[in-house]
Amino acid sequence: MSDQPEPTTARRSPLHDEHVALGAALTDFAGWQMPLRYGSDVAEHTAVRTAAGLFDLSHMGELWVTGPGAGDALDRALVGNLTALEPGRARYTMICAPDGGVLDDLVVYRLSDDDADETLGHRRYLVVANASNVDVVRDALTERLAGRPDAVLTDRSLETALIAVQGPRAQEIVVGLVDDPAQADAVRALKYYASVPATVAGVTALVARTGYTGEDGFELFVDAPAAAHVWQAVLAAGTPLGLVPAGLSARDSLRLEAGMPLYGNELDTTTAPHDAGLGRVVRLDKVDDEGAPLPFVGRAALEARAHATPSRTLVGLEGLSRRAARHGYAVVTPSGASVGTVTSGAPSPTLGHPVAMAYVTPEVSAAGTELAVDVRGRHEPVRVVPLPFYRRPR
Amino acid sequence: MTDASGLPADLQYTLEHEWLTTGSPATVGITSVAAEALGDIVYLELPAVGDTIEAGAVIGEIESTKSVSELFSPVSGTVVEVNSAAVDDPSVVNSDPFGAGWLVKVDVSGTGPLLTAEEYQAHAAG
Repeated sequence: MSDQPEPTTARRSPLHDEHVALGAALTDFAGWQMPLRYGSDVAEHTAVRTAAGLFDLSHMGELWVTGPGAGDALDRALVGNLTALEPGRARYTMICAPDGGVLDDLVVYRLSDDDADETLGHRRYLVVANASNVDVVRDALTERLAGRPDAVLTDRSLETALIAVQGPRAQEIVVGLVDDPAQADAVRALKYYASVPATVAGVTALVARTGYTGEDGFELFVDAPAAAHVWQAVLAAGTPLGLVPAGLSARDSLRLEAGMPLYGNELDTTTAPHDAGLGRVVRLDKVDDEGAPLPFVGRAALEARAHATPSRTLVGLEGLSRRAARHGYAVVTPSGASVGTVTSGAPSPTLGHPVAMAYVTPEVSAAGTELAVDVRGRHEPVRVVPLPFYRRPR
Repeated sequence: MTDASGLPADLQYTLEHEWLTTGSPATVGITSVAAEALGDIVYLELPAVGDTIEAGAVIGEIESTKSVSELFSPVSGTVVEVNSAAVDDPSVVNSDPFGAGWLVKVDVSGTGPLLTAEEYQAHAAG
């Protein structure tokens, strides 16, 4: 048993008082004090799979890039093709270092153009960064947008609260809080990876159909002072439908089952998007106005990487015993030869057996390959399986 | 972080958040403080009946969704019984850590440093 954590000086979410009132166990995460769980983390996980969960993601970073050149500036700063993104749509992308290493994985939302700028079409993008990387992403974007008066970067991370409602009942709950019938229809009709402004529980919000759980769900961006009101309204409307507040513990086990990478585990500065099986996010087909390949940070390294034989591959591992592989454990062959490292692992509440993601050498990456993980000195049998471990029924 | 009140006064405790009954054989478990800090326990590894164990040594592990913790023996002696019901369904350690969630019974030959309920409560609150 470990001792209790020391008192913390970490930042508090605008929803801190809500978490305390709900009896949350709080944990320090990326410089923030956030709810680890409210009660049983397995019950919270299961609620998201079967009904709905309510998450506070206010620790995440919200960086706005606006102006007539915002799309082009992001195309040169990130690996994705953001000028091609239609207003109201969103894209999963990454920001890489010049050597191709991943600085962060991002969701970029394009909002409707700002009508106030009639001549140039004033574009607005919202770049959502991981809490642990907000400073890195802001600094990199500041540097990469320097000298461009047509693209303005604004960090609104601390003024913005982010509330996620995830699970099969999420649509019913969120739509029920939108009074305006036209807006309610728009939220109901929202496609995956799309967003629309709407008034939710009387509060101006950007409603996005995105998430990190493998379920249908919404993420609500609201001004920090209004966050508690929205949180309470979702809780009141959702509780009769089985919604529960859910903490970071459930969030991690949900995203692991869904095979989604976590920065710091599957992704880091020594990892190229291709290593994680995410080479598709690198848009080498981006071109400038003349049709020439568009230079973007990391392009040369990633171009070489796209054509190279990979030295390692991210795979799913299904545990065949009860002891779970954990981050950092060695993956070995049945004869004991080291072939890789576990990046994330936990007992899967939905599947009832341990699951893990790991980087392994390509020779042992085929589905069905029998391997083992060194779990604190004992080799536990695992089998390579396709990702994700869990796919929601449709 | 956890309410340490409601600790049975007739039990003895350790700095590593185990409890044990007085006398021999002694029943050993983990405290409500530990169970709550771990979260939902999904796997228990316990010593076998007949194993000789030493006070302060690692005799098993307790795995939750988020973490793994080692189980330290508060006593030296011989394991005379393990709670196979808890091994089959470890959630009982969360729901009833001082009762049905006991872990092992030990024929005691010696003990390590032990705390009273009051001392343990002060430790856990600290």
